Amino acid sequence: MSRSGPPPPAMQAAVPARPSFLARPGLLLERETSLGVILMLPAGIILLAFMGYPFVLGIWLSLTDSMIGVPGTFIGLKNFSDLLTDSIFVQTTGNTFVYALGTVPVKAVLGLLLAILLNARMPFQNIVRAAVLLPWIVPTALSSLGWLMIYDGVLSPFSWLFMTWGWTSQKIPFLGDPTLAIISVMVANIWRGIPFFAVTILAGLQAVPSELHEAAAIDGASPWQRFLNVTVPVITGVTLIATLFSIIWTFADFQLIYVLTRGGPANSTHIFGTYAYQMGMSAAQIGVGAAIALYMFPILAFFAILLLVYLRREV
Amino acid sequence: MVGSWTWSRRLTFYIPLALFLIFLLFPFYWMTIVSLRPTTETVSGRFNPFWIHTLTLENYQFLFTDTTFPEWFKNTLIVATASTAVSLFCSVLAGYALARLRFPGSNFLGVGIFLAYLVPPTLLFLPLAQVIARYDLFNTYWALIFTYPTQLIPFASWLLMGYFRTIPKEIEESALIDGSSRLGSLIKIILPLALPGVLSAGIFSFTLSWNEFLYALVFMSSGPMKTIPVGAVTELIRSDVLGWGALMAVGILGSVPVAFIYSFFVDQYVSGLTAGAVKG
Repeated sequence: MSRSGPPPPAMQAAVPARPSFLARPGLLLERETSLGVILMLPAGIILLAFMGYPFVLGIWLSLTDSMIGVPGTFIGLKNFSDLLTDSIFVQTTGNTFVYALGTVPVKAVLGLLLAILLNARMPFQNIVRAAVLLPWIVPTALSSLGWLMIYDGVLSPFSWLFMTWGWTSQKIPFLGDPTLAIISVMVANIWRGIPFFAVTILAGLQAVPSELHEAAAIDGASPWQRFLNVTVPVITGVTLIATLFSIIWTFADFQLIYVLTRGGPANSTHIFGTYAYQMGMSAAQIGVGAAIALYMFPILAFFAILLLVYLRREV
Repeated sequence: MVGSWTWSRRLTFYIPLALFLIFLLFPFYWMTIVSLRPTTETVSGRFNPFWIHTLTLENYQFLFTDTTFPEWFKNTLIVATASTAVSLFCSVLAGYALARLRFPGSNFLGVGIFLAYLVPPTLLFLPLAQVIARYDLFNTYWALIFTYPTQLIPFASWLLMGYFRTIPKEIEESALIDGSSRLGSLIKIILPLALPGVLSAGIFSFTLSWNEFLYALVFMSSGPMKTIPVGAVTELIRSDVLGWGALMAVGILGSVPVAFIYSFFVDQYVSGLTAGAVKG
């Protein structure tokens, strides 16, 4: 590492045997330990200032009665305990679980099916793959505007279609009826999430060596047996990882519901994110909003740790 | 018999694939046709809603002449480009350190960065709004340029870490022996070899910034400072039915840049996902 050679004899008494960083600041960039810390600094500072610090501040806010523009006082766990008796919060919690646990399995199964289809050779392969990715990659707020109109009480093309076919005599209140509304936002969520599963599982499928399939075929395995014994073991890992990611994202979702219903009608589609926004921003009760958001934390932490443990075992 | 048009192949392959394509693409088809016909036609109820009777660009024209859409577009472009640059800079350095250097706490930091990827904006936006207010950054680009990287750096660092690890150590060691500095070898040797990874991380960062909604909604409340998704949702949803054409037009225009980028890099994206999510 030392490119300077030994110091001249006259100086040897003055400088310590180990070159000093004060004398040679450049050495900080050559030593592994110091360079490692320095290279982590830009990322570390941003993550600490705009993620770590707000997280701690959020915990503090949730323990106060802060309003927007009014610094609050410490009230202990009152926000958290009040929420437990808040019927809208209880409903929000139920909605969030229905929303997440009702969509993730559907996304996973449909995504797996689509991945298998996309793994076959077909005409226009790249165009088809790029096309199915669209729901996942375009801004959700904008595609949700498309769904907003598809679900419109008056202009919905499906109301028109079903009335033309004689399936129904009146327009369908996709977002106006509490039960229909939660189903409608879930369908839009499934629509957005399928490509993520499909592409992730497709990447896993492509990692299956074709020799394995050929060897199994020579041994007389049927296509179904080959799928079960060759493909499934390889894609179980990716599918599980994608599922855990999806659960975390769906629990913490916001924009799709904000655009489609803002939590309505009658709070039937409120999830943690939208209710935290309503209380923290619209109703200006930051302390309560922060507490609602923090109620997500144990759930997210549980799945994050699960993901971490699984990934560490895999690697 | 891959690719042959037998009946069983149609039943088990082309029909399911077609159903998926119809489901996944219908909203885009719908937005496109509504944006390309007069809104009076859309709301008249006299025509088949699944088709265009009169073709027009008036909805797009309206966006450019009667709304602040051009401003939103500029804001989104500036914020997405700057956040991507900041994130790539931080992630290249962090990814290299985590992949190549042994230093105290490196394992802990690696796990920390991975967990940061799982922190959703909904958990932090309220306290973060306080932080932004304290630094007087509301309605400035900095509010988003500083906060978006918290969502981007974790993924980009992990992805790049994966790429850096695939580069044989010997290449770098021989450069170091030849007198190159550590940073010099990172810039001149490692980075060019990891270019596909840098590109994937860049695409990912740019689209995520382009698409972000919650932080932009909370931190950019002034009309001309809004990003496209926020501007569309907060200013173009109108109570009367005649706003639909422009709303669908902004949906299409705001989606085209990311769709365009991805149509070129779809394979990169798939391999990037595996490098980041699976190997990571």
